[in-house]
Amino acid sequence: MFAYFARRGVLAIFTLWAVTVLSFIIIQLPPGDFVDAYMAQLAVMETDVSEQQMEAMRRQYALDRPIHEQYLRWMGNMFRGNFGTSMLWKQSVLDVIGDRLAMTVVVSLGAVLLTWAIALPIGIYSAVRQYSIGDYAFTFVGFIGLGVPNFLLALLLMYLGFVLYDANIGGLFSPEYQLEPWSWGKVRDLLYHLPLPALIIALSGTAELIRIMRANLLDELRKPYVITARAMGLSERRLILKYPVRVALNPFVSTIGYLLPYILSGSVIVSFVLSLPTLGPILLGSLIAQDMFLAGTIILMLGSLTVIGTFISDLLLMWIDPRIRFGMVQEG
Amino acid sequence: MENDRQPILSVRNLKTNFFTDEGIVRAVDGASFDVRLGQTLGVVGESGCGKSVTALSILRIVPRPGRIVGGEILLRRLTEDGYEREVALTSLGENSQEMRSIRGAEIALVFQEPMTSLSPVHTIGNQIIEVARLHRKVSKQEARQMAVELLRLVGIPRAETAIDAYPLQLSGGMRQRALIALALSCDPRLLIADEPTTALDVTTQAQILDLLRSLQEQRGMAVILITHNMGVIAEMADQVVVMYLGQVVEEGSVDDVFNASKHPYTQALLRSIPSIHSTPKAQLPTISGTIPHPYNRPAGCPFHPRCPDAISGVCDRHEPQLLSVGDEHQVSCFLYHPPSTENEGSFN
Repeated sequence: MFAYFARRGVLAIFTLWAVTVLSFIIIQLPPGDFVDAYMAQLAVMETDVSEQQMEAMRRQYALDRPIHEQYLRWMGNMFRGNFGTSMLWKQSVLDVIGDRLAMTVVVSLGAVLLTWAIALPIGIYSAVRQYSIGDYAFTFVGFIGLGVPNFLLALLLMYLGFVLYDANIGGLFSPEYQLEPWSWGKVRDLLYHLPLPALIIALSGTAELIRIMRANLLDELRKPYVITARAMGLSERRLILKYPVRVALNPFVSTIGYLLPYILSGSVIVSFVLSLPTLGPILLGSLIAQDMFLAGTIILMLGSLTVIGTFISDLLLMWIDPRIRFGMVQEG
Repeated sequence: MENDRQPILSVRNLKTNFFTDEGIVRAVDGASFDVRLGQTLGVVGESGCGKSVTALSILRIVPRPGRIVGGEILLRRLTEDGYEREVALTSLGENSQEMRSIRGAEIALVFQEPMTSLSPVHTIGNQIIEVARLHRKVSKQEARQMAVELLRLVGIPRAETAIDAYPLQLSGGMRQRALIALALSCDPRLLIADEPTTALDVTTQAQILDLLRSLQEQRGMAVILITHNMGVIAEMADQVVVMYLGQVVEEGSVDDVFNASKHPYTQALLRSIPSIHSTPKAQLPTISGTIPHPYNRPAGCPFHPRCPDAISGVCDRHEPQLLSVGDEHQVSCFLYHPPSTENEGSFN
């Protein structure tokens, strides 16, 4: 067991290193650099900047050095806890990300929990009552949910909220709490605002999870152990929830790893529309402006979340499935 | 038990159909037989002849789109004051309280695939304790104690630790023993074993059969043993039912069926058993043809296209009835009972 964890740890570190290299390369891929992008922006505003100023900026951010040197400098600083300065925001990267990372995790977790809370019962129902009217109805609604872009749904709900209730449902906080320091009132305000954005983001993934759960469970319902349990006199509800549903959950758990980054990247437009203070819009802005320290840090954090999430889902799988647990022990 | 000759389970003209999109499959088509306490009834036939569906029908757990469409299944139950009462299982709701109190408690099933018949993510003990507590008012601790004793009874070594094992940690034979322990957990009076040894190697098969026989002697249970293996029947059964395409074609004591078999199908089955006395390198006789497609059942006697003794004009026109050819020996064949005018009515 220990050897397994050690192996996983080494692999995780290697994966993160690969993520840093890849994210650095991706940021360097578009022609030009931050200064070029900045200049282009200034040119639009018809502000003239001299060659010397541009050179000075490049020197300030070490953009005039060869790429591998820039990479090593970036890595070296990160090991000292310095994630660099955002060229776009003229602030330290950590200050820019700050609360937004926490908000992202809160919104994403809310969305994940909602997705599960909706998809699991419906998936179970659809499998147990396969080809019933309810199954068809949920399938129909689910595919509409899958087909409608969720930013459109966000716009629609905002419009309805504004017209019907005269309420602005964007954002995660009421205006009076926006700039306040954290307090119980602010937490309550957050919980009050959270459900709607979480629901909108959750709906896009729901249909997919319903289909996965339905298919998994249909496979399991035909297994002999279900017949055994039924032949022993267990009630349908109890035997289905205890045996096949439990087994069908495994593939669900293994999706935890990539859910966070998936939701984050999928919700960028929704975050814009609902003006959510999450990382998505910041990431997009930093990529457009070629703000490499900010973009690099965010991508690295997403990578870390994925690695950590995968690790957690593997642990959970070992916990709920003895087949994996004992397979593991025998291997190493 | 004042009258042990009375059957504990009586199946009368059972018909179970599967209503598929392609058509109706008559999986069990008028099967009748009795089982008595302390007796083993062997049900034998080729794959697809309706043996397993008969077992599922008795327990009323025929999967959709299958449904019992006719006949009766009568079970003698012990009431709380010690009397016996006859219950028509066919008149109970599939998921009714009474049917569920019979499943597992009065009639238990040992299924054919020990590898997949236990939940892979629960321990053996968890599953036995669940069933034990479902049918009996016992505490968790008592149920666990009972489970350990059951595992010991079915010959699982180190039962105290095996109870916390997952199925994947046990061999096929041990899993089948665990499955038998599960089936016995509520002391059923009727045990249905559906191909209990098919998935096991030969030495393990013999052990499991020995176990079933000794358990039956200890407990005086009635056993329905479903198999396609004539050797297993010869070794285990008291009474034999031979099924073909959902119908009982011959029924009698194991002696009658093996030594004085009447139906051409039974005779063909017996001929196709390899024997230690047969001429070396001689080809083993097989039954010509294959089981007809379920949507395309032959008219008349279902066996007539493969039957060496078929009487043309009779067997392909009329349906034979299961009629007596001796003391408790019945056969459904026109070789012994030429069609009478009353039989004409059953042909439709």
